[in-house]
Amino acid sequence: MISVHNVSFQYPDGAEVLHDVNLEINDGEFIAIMGENGAGKTTLVKMFNGLLKPTNGSVAVDGVGTDKRSVAQLSRNVGLIFQNPDNQLFAETVEQELGFSLKNFGFSDDVIKKRVSSFLHILDLERYANSSPFVLSGGERKRVALAAILVWDPKHVIMDEPTIGQDYLQKDRLRNFITQLVSQGKTVIIVTHDVEFVAECKPRVILLSHGKIIGDGPATRILTDEKLVKDASLTMPQIASLMNQLTEAGAQHEIIDVYSAEGYLLKKLRAKPVSPLES
Amino acid sequence: MAAISAHNLSFKYAGAREPSMENINISIEKGEFVVLTGPSGCGKTTLCRCLNGLIPNFYSGDLTGELEVDGLNVQGKTTAELSTHIGFVFQNPENQLFSLSVERDVGFGLENLGVPRDEAIERISWAMRATGILELRDKAPYELSGGQQQRAAIAGVIAMHPNILVLDEPTSFLDPKSAEEIVSVLAKLGHDLELTILLVEHRLDIVSRFANRVIVMDEGEIRLDGAPREVYGEQARLIGIGLPRVTMLSHLLRNDGFPIPNPITVEEATNELRQLLK
Repeated sequence: MISVHNVSFQYPDGAEVLHDVNLEINDGEFIAIMGENGAGKTTLVKMFNGLLKPTNGSVAVDGVGTDKRSVAQLSRNVGLIFQNPDNQLFAETVEQELGFSLKNFGFSDDVIKKRVSSFLHILDLERYANSSPFVLSGGERKRVALAAILVWDPKHVIMDEPTIGQDYLQKDRLRNFITQLVSQGKTVIIVTHDVEFVAECKPRVILLSHGKIIGDGPATRILTDEKLVKDASLTMPQIASLMNQLTEAGAQHEIIDVYSAEGYLLKKLRAKPVSPLES
Repeated sequence: MAAISAHNLSFKYAGAREPSMENINISIEKGEFVVLTGPSGCGKTTLCRCLNGLIPNFYSGDLTGELEVDGLNVQGKTTAELSTHIGFVFQNPENQLFSLSVERDVGFGLENLGVPRDEAIERISWAMRATGILELRDKAPYELSGGQQQRAAIAGVIAMHPNILVLDEPTSFLDPKSAEEIVSVLAKLGHDLELTILLVEHRLDIVSRFANRVIVMDEGEIRLDGAPREVYGEQARLIGIGLPRVTMLSHLLRNDGFPIPNPITVEEATNELRQLLK
């Protein structure tokens, strides 16, 4: 469980990035933190593994304040995958990259070998095991960065903008992969402005704007709320805005993905009386 | 004269087993707004690297076929020679901006081309106005939002007066609103300056309304090429490109037996579905 209590954060130059944020994240939840560029999303998640400490208020992970643990200790349970994989990757080969943290955490060579090969497989990186991470494409490097964190099996997994540079099929795989992690009881927190990805995953959405939480609830409710979406400088998922325009004003459809829209429209279309001309 | 014309263009990176791009044949006319898309590793970036001379100047390998850009045969030209013909904007503006002020950054390319001071000042102001960042001229690039940074990167490139602009996923770091703004700035520039624009993108939800042509690559080859409405069919779905969600919905409804055309935008889908529901 991650508890955020009255947290504010100010950079040394005085700019306040977070203002009085309160949040409870339960174990096994799937959460998307959304908001415009500069809303404070990344600052917030950097508090979860202690990279940043609040100026005011407190953050506790599994009941212990982040001020009482080192980043190394916190990282064992909170894996944070950065937005830009290049800030994280440094080893000569993809295989070494994956093994690095395990060595540091003191796992045996045998375990390291098994885990590394299994994660190379899971993230479709086997053919790059002996390549340098730096010859890979942006999307591939992101998968290496993800594997390098997941390999030590942290209980809470945070991914900062995981869909950037990923094509549609990779996003689909990522979605299935997240579902798998959640079903294993892990907490998965993604920071994203990819509204279409969120519309397909339907996590709990926390909406940040100018350092404040302005919305917190199921994706189907938050992303169909025209005012909230506008205040967070996001856009509605295409399907949500289509349904808004199709249904009479004020109708609560809460439909944000293609398949739910198909179901809803089929019902309407099949219920439609056949016109006399056609019969 | 075509702005970009490739004939049987192929490239294999040094040490790679397979070519990254094979037998590319395209002709892009002046003033077209083209979206180039396809799964990761399909060869989009390789093609872009050929256009601005990064291949073969900075990446070694086997390049065969012919390529003309803005009337120039690219083979044997340096990237510097090409830079006044074809401008390049990268995915992450932070990799492209480095000066202490936005204005200096926008002027960096001009300085290197040896453009006289007065003319440079004029061109910098023009480029910043065209991209809507004139009031940010004295800021440091790192003080800007992602969308503003990307505009600054675009300004720096158009200041060199290229006829062609190639952008490699320029919106991927941006929130949807900033992304839409960038693409509409591009569309306006394309229209006002008769620029040819080649935009590499996965986010077809955002870019489709602006494109007059979409090219889909897969496994190093061009698979589809045409107007968005024609390209976004069954084959595009099977290749696995992320069609706009309203287009996907129309595919599903057609398979369910309800004939509706292929909408590209929410507005089109709304009108088509209203007709159907009437």
